[in-house]
Amino acid sequence: MAIEIIKEKCTGCGLCFKACPYDAFEFEPYDGNKLGRVCKVNAKCSFCNQCLTACKFGAIKEVQTGETADLSDYKHIWVFAEQRKGKLMNVALELIGEGHRLANEISADTQVCAVLVGNKIDHLAAECFAYGADKVIMIQDPLLEQYTTDGYTKVITDAIHEMKPEIVLYGATHIGRDLAPRIAARCNTGLTADCTRLDVKVSSYIEFAKKKTTLDISTLDPEDTSTGIKQTRPAFGGNLMATIICPNTRPQMSTVRPGVMQKREKVEGATGEIVTYKPTIAKSDIHIDVVDVVKSAKELVSLTDADIICSGGRGLGDASGFKLIQEFADKVGGVVGSSRAAVDAGWIDQSHQVGQTGTTVKPKIYFACGISGAIQHLAGMQTSDYIVAINKDADCPMMEVADFCIVGDLYKVIPQIIAEWDKAEDLHDAATRKEA
Amino acid sequence: MAFKIIVCAKQVPDTNVIKINPKTGTLIREGVPSILNHDDANALEEALKIKDQYPDTHITVITMGPPQANDLLFECIAMGADDGILVSDRAVGGSDTWATSNTLEAAVRKVGDFDLLWCGRQAIDGDTAQVGPQLAEKLGVPQVTYVQEFELDKDMKTITVKRQMEDGYELIKLQTPCMLTAIKELNSPRYMYMSGIFADKTMKTWNAKDIEVDLNTVGLEASPTNVFRSFTPAPKGKGIVITGDTEKEIADNLLVNLKEKQVI
Amino acid sequence: MNFQLTKEQEFVRKMVREFATNEVEPLAADIDKEHRFPEETVEKMAKYGMMGIPFPTEYGGAGGDEVSYAITVEELSRVCASTGVIVSAHTSLCCWPIYAYGTEEQKKEFLPDLLSGKKLGAFGLTEPNAGTDAAGQQTRAVLDGDEWVLNGAKCFITNGGYADTFVVAAMTDKKKGNHGISVFIVSKTDKGFSIGKTEDKMGIHASSTTELIFQDCRIPKDRLLGEVDGGFKIAMNTLDGGRIGIASQALGIAQGAFDVTVDYMNARKQFGKKLSQFQALQFEMADLKTRIEAARLLVYKAAFTEDQGQDYSEAAAMAKLYAAETAMAVTTKCVQYHGGYGYTADYPVERMMRDAKITEIYEGTSEVQRMVIAGKTFKK
Repeated sequence: MAIEIIKEKCTGCGLCFKACPYDAFEFEPYDGNKLGRVCKVNAKCSFCNQCLTACKFGAIKEVQTGETADLSDYKHIWVFAEQRKGKLMNVALELIGEGHRLANEISADTQVCAVLVGNKIDHLAAECFAYGADKVIMIQDPLLEQYTTDGYTKVITDAIHEMKPEIVLYGATHIGRDLAPRIAARCNTGLTADCTRLDVKVSSYIEFAKKKTTLDISTLDPEDTSTGIKQTRPAFGGNLMATIICPNTRPQMSTVRPGVMQKREKVEGATGEIVTYKPTIAKSDIHIDVVDVVKSAKELVSLTDADIICSGGRGLGDASGFKLIQEFADKVGGVVGSSRAAVDAGWIDQSHQVGQTGTTVKPKIYFACGISGAIQHLAGMQTSDYIVAINKDADCPMMEVADFCIVGDLYKVIPQIIAEWDKAEDLHDAATRKEA
Repeated sequence: MAFKIIVCAKQVPDTNVIKINPKTGTLIREGVPSILNHDDANALEEALKIKDQYPDTHITVITMGPPQANDLLFECIAMGADDGILVSDRAVGGSDTWATSNTLEAAVRKVGDFDLLWCGRQAIDGDTAQVGPQLAEKLGVPQVTYVQEFELDKDMKTITVKRQMEDGYELIKLQTPCMLTAIKELNSPRYMYMSGIFADKTMKTWNAKDIEVDLNTVGLEASPTNVFRSFTPAPKGKGIVITGDTEKEIADNLLVNLKEKQVI
Repeated sequence: MNFQLTKEQEFVRKMVREFATNEVEPLAADIDKEHRFPEETVEKMAKYGMMGIPFPTEYGGAGGDEVSYAITVEELSRVCASTGVIVSAHTSLCCWPIYAYGTEEQKKEFLPDLLSGKKLGAFGLTEPNAGTDAAGQQTRAVLDGDEWVLNGAKCFITNGGYADTFVVAAMTDKKKGNHGISVFIVSKTDKGFSIGKTEDKMGIHASSTTELIFQDCRIPKDRLLGEVDGGFKIAMNTLDGGRIGIASQALGIAQGAFDVTVDYMNARKQFGKKLSQFQALQFEMADLKTRIEAARLLVYKAAFTEDQGQDYSEAAAMAKLYAAETAMAVTTKCVQYHGGYGYTADYPVERMMRDAKITEIYEGTSEVQRMVIAGKTFKK
């Protein structure tokens, strides 16, 4: 792809300069218009297409380049079902669920295959089936018991070459983000990091764009039948979203943020085909020695799994404010989160941090207590089902994204919520009766 | 023989400063400074710490970008790196991570043998964390990403690192040459030295021809991934302001609303 | 004519801005409150070469220029004027005269430790009865065999309590007035030398301002800087350079107060509007910004003139006069725009206004700067 300026249409107004996040426009002299200049794309262009709809004169176009390879050999969706010490990561189940949605969009005979790599992990196949995997590819060897980049890259790449999946999805965990780029480089195919949305059909992408984005969809064709995956991810610290495609190479690969995709309803006793793939792996293939795996002594905060998160920020005033937040979380069955400001102030451990540099969360309810809502924080929790902002400042950015805004002193409001929490049902009934 | 370290670094817009124009929905880029990517500064700092301990260490910084990226080399050398190379060519513009790693591979091979290759975990503009591992793959060296602690044995060969995990760390031993990616927990990057700012600097600019890279493997055309569309996230509609005469009333009203939405 | 900073100067600003934001600003309010000299900051500045910027590397300097030094003092003072003056007094008033007037032996002996920041420098000229009027010196130096013997006292000496090396003026021939002054290098450890009382000042609380006391203080003969009775010129030229440092400090204070006030006006709402939306305030701020920029041009021009090896005495006086009065005017306005909050120590403008006042006084009051400028004007 490339960006081209149609000189005859360009008025030299420079509107595109403002739309470009990369400072990639400049003027060049041109005799054909009043201003005597037209816009020109320079080397800084990253082909983000932001400018396409910015031009009021239709003078910017996207030029397709490159030929299409024959990709029809590649079939089915693989999910790297990451396990640690014989326990599946939650994101693996989310990806199986998402894989289903995508498989349906590709074709009726596209299967979702969970790829299990490790040693003595036969028991995990059942769980993959229960959450919707059509097939399990089992890759086991004593040398694969502990994750190593070298070992896993080798066996998965070999399996990909042999079985040719169309799409491979990985969780964007510390392991997934270590492994996937290495495999993609070895397969010489594309990889998109940290995706928060995947689509196959252009029509479903348009639906998503209409509902959740500012994207001008007039340039998209809902009748388009192409089945390449459209991978949407945040860039520029969440200030910009980009949808990435991988048109000419297979498999198409993405790492997907944990906590973003939906698990399917668990079906106990579900079964499917188990394919045992015998890996070719030797000790000499592995160049690192994992001497020890240490769980940190600090409590494990599973922000990604929480249904309710009670998060505190600078507005708490000092570290002791987290006592109230903890009490709040205990009452509502939630987990304690925090803004970066609170972490930087040393009030709470970094493992609690929600946001672009911390954990991305998507709970049912996110209580933002004394968090003003810096863009980096919003990037990590904006997709929560319901956001409740409790803050003294009625104009802070958190109030803009919140579904329920409480302007007031959190030290007075939260104790009341704690006190009233168990009466919610009755309060609701009473309120409905009053209305009636 | 001198211990040789190559650090790959990227000049990025400071995303903390970027704001969205609420009216047009576009990024406000004006006044956004270009900075040395944070994780890359941690990578350089770790290399400099080795040089502090073993002065016979030679540190070369490689970056890829437009001519302005020379400023990044200036900064890195002022912090203590020995020399810097900017790979700059229209032909490598628009590269995705795969094509970028091909370019960097060619540049690293031209620089020559190394003991350590340091990269930052990820750049704050793209946040992909892919270039380091992909470069390691092309160069055929082992990797450890998310390095939070690093130790070089006196034999100048054996490395012990702690690799950060979500819930702890892995203790890993490996041998040079290898590629490591740094995270902010690894160290606190130093500032530029005044004497470094004023000293003569060895900075080279190489184009695609200089690094003898296959032009079919770099740039936009060769990149397996392309940007299909990009957009700014939609601002949500205004929420409901919960009011009440007392804090208790506010709490009650909130709970009624949450119950209404069937989330509690 | 070229108003563009060099690449090096731009990087000096970037470096010092980052350093000041991370290392200096967080301490500024506390050290002001505690009247505490920030030794830890001086140690860090030494590590990064900030204590010897405009001197050649052969003596351990950074190899930089006067404009870079001015930018450094400006950027430090933008967040903490006390830290700014520590660097300024050390660099302009102690290192510079040794570099400019010292013998090769003196430079080799004293500069490496001073420029690397291992040792801190100060300058002793002022006495209770002799400020800029140097002829009123009562401290005397008498040659006794191979030693000079100093007797007397100095006051208001910046860095006094923490310096290791002092450049000190004393009368060697009282009859000759100004032409009977000589300058000496005194070490903290010299016998007969001691530090007197520490001043309790209105502002720059974290800067150490003390008396120096000489009681039969004996120093080797070769500690004389320049010629016997040739000290007046050294002292006056030293003050010329010092004025560039103080002008930079004043510029930094003004810019710092302006910047925090812009932030405040963007956040503070009154009568349903942000302060930044009131046109009266917008216009006031536009005037302040223009004034600060005018001060900046004078300060950089003076530093640039020194870099060019030209006479910078008048340029330095103009820079100091204008920047100091700008700092006072800007900080006074900025406190006003903060309202009641501006009068409390919760906001940095309160400290900045107190700190600004000294820039109109030390290293020659504004009146003295006018005398210098007028002198140049009507001399011929």
